[in-house]
Amino acid sequence: MKKFEGTANYVATDDLRIAVNAAITLERPLLIKGEPGTGKTVLAFEVAKAIGVPIIQWHIKSTTKAQQGLYEYDAVSRLRDSQLGDERVKDIKNYISKGKLWEAFTNDARPVLLIDEIDKADIEFPNDLLLELDRMEFFVYETGETIKAKQRPIVMITSNNEKELPDAFLRRCFFHYIKFPDRDTMNKIIDVHYPKIMDKLVGEALNIFYQIREVPGLKKKPSTSELLDWLKLLMADDITAETLRERDPSKLIPPLHGALLKNEQDVHLFERLAFLARRERN
Amino acid sequence: MFLNFFHDLRQAKIPVTLKEYLALMEGLDRQVIDMKVDEFYYLSRTALVKDERNLDKFDRVFAHAFKGLETLEPTDLAQIPEDWLKALTEKFLSEEEKKQIESLGGWEKLMEELKKRLEEQKKRHEGGNKMIGTGGTSPFGAYGYNPEGIRMGQDKGRHGKAVKVWDKREYKNLDDSVELGTRNIKIALRRLRKWAREGALTELDLPETIRTTAHQGYLDLVMRAERHNKVKVLIFFDIGGSMDAHIKLCEELFSAARTEFKHMDFFYFHNCLYESVWKDNRRRHNEKSPTWDVLHKYPHDYKVVFVGDATMSPYEITYPGGSVEHWNEEPGAVWLERLTRIYEHVIWLNPVPERHWDYTPSIQIMKQILSDRMYPLTLEGLDKAMRELNR
Repeated sequence: MKKFEGTANYVATDDLRIAVNAAITLERPLLIKGEPGTGKTVLAFEVAKAIGVPIIQWHIKSTTKAQQGLYEYDAVSRLRDSQLGDERVKDIKNYISKGKLWEAFTNDARPVLLIDEIDKADIEFPNDLLLELDRMEFFVYETGETIKAKQRPIVMITSNNEKELPDAFLRRCFFHYIKFPDRDTMNKIIDVHYPKIMDKLVGEALNIFYQIREVPGLKKKPSTSELLDWLKLLMADDITAETLRERDPSKLIPPLHGALLKNEQDVHLFERLAFLARRERN
Repeated sequence: MFLNFFHDLRQAKIPVTLKEYLALMEGLDRQVIDMKVDEFYYLSRTALVKDERNLDKFDRVFAHAFKGLETLEPTDLAQIPEDWLKALTEKFLSEEEKKQIESLGGWEKLMEELKKRLEEQKKRHEGGNKMIGTGGTSPFGAYGYNPEGIRMGQDKGRHGKAVKVWDKREYKNLDDSVELGTRNIKIALRRLRKWAREGALTELDLPETIRTTAHQGYLDLVMRAERHNKVKVLIFFDIGGSMDAHIKLCEELFSAARTEFKHMDFFYFHNCLYESVWKDNRRRHNEKSPTWDVLHKYPHDYKVVFVGDATMSPYEITYPGGSVEHWNEEPGAVWLERLTRIYEHVIWLNPVPERHWDYTPSIQIMKQILSDRMYPLTLEGLDKAMRELNR
């Protein structure tokens, strides 16, 4: 198995690299947490790309049940078929649809299985998957067969911390917290995404960005993905480093702030603070 | 190996278990990492810590457990048992090289020689950090006995670091249950759930459908209501005066509770519960609701939460007329006891840090009235409080 070293458009720090490689080698699920927008979901895609395997995504919603990841038995359509005298009704296999885990288990290559935003599901959801993730097999009651993984898929799980995950589940995972990137890493990330962007512009933009993150009381701090969006807008609008620096008193907040601050209260708060700061200076 | 480290972690109340420790051992065994301290730090962190709140604690324990590791003197290597060296080295040697060793007098001789060298080195350069076997003429260097290969000596890379990764303590902010945001509060409040099916029949009840269909002999669809959180909550907020310092926390708690509980109602009071409460602080003197009405209106299965610092003069609780705002016929304690008699689940959340509670008599009295069900307004306290309410 190839080792993961980051890719052309994903900057992986040392600790992240080791966490991913440990999870791949030791065949344990990797649980990834971090502020929204720090690239948790993207990581799974990049890992799949870097080691050249397919990716199977399972997006979790509040209504998702663990069973749906294994398989679903469509009893209603079988009942209907039985009333219409359909031939298909004799074979129960026709009414079983495979879930994402089944797909991952029976895949020929060793795929990356992304279980995205596991915290969105009901509290019991992770517990229901314990055995399946541990032994990488499950039993289909309707047909009496056991589905066993050909190779253990690389399981990556993301969480936004909306719910605590049960202890028994955590014990089986490796864990990595993507911390917010420091200036150097951020520069690298920007470089990877917008190689042509002028250094000065980036420097100024980063200044403003970190200033905004420092503002106390923001409801949602801007994160990496917001910064990248904002830079994209700045470039599209041909805004120069000088414009960013000049700080026109009539314009209290940075241009195109909508990409950074996504909350009306935050914009108000920022305006108020900027106003105060300016008054002090004058 | 690393058992002390493991025990230190457990002592620091980081929930590590044997399973995770074995995972770490497996990782080392399968050579997921090069044998560098930094990489070991990352691997052990990913294997042992499962919650970002524990990352800072982990960093501290790691720094403590492996203190001095970086400045390991080569003379310490004389303590390494022979078998271990032998086994390790064999891994790196080809058959040919092994034969060459044999021709030099075998393992025992080589080991003896090595020990002698170590002794000599100790005498000649005290505290020096010259590696064994780097000299061109030494047989140790020639036969892959280079410490570089098995990394028993010092690695220059290890030395050059100004700050060790774990000493940066980058996760300091994530530690501590003190930091409490709306989101965290919501998570804690979610403990308080009571599922029930009520209302319109909108969901297909599959098991029941199958049962009745089999029974009737034709397709008979059975519907059922969706699951809802049925828990009912009544919150009393202390407002004004000494509570001004905690206003942000209370706001957050309020907004979290608002979205989390469908059946929630709230009232304000000042310092202690008396004969009336109010819902709008601007019109608190005109639009008061008598506390009796509140007690009559909300049935006994409501869970009652008080939010307040309970910091006042003890008279305000225990004496008639003790209130600072008006003349109260009955002492606050009587009202609180009335309330606890009606509602089975009553708790008090106090934004004052728990360690200060003992210095304030009124907090003590309040705690007594609520039979100890007072919790600090931290994540941990909130968690405990919700468990208590859920009992």
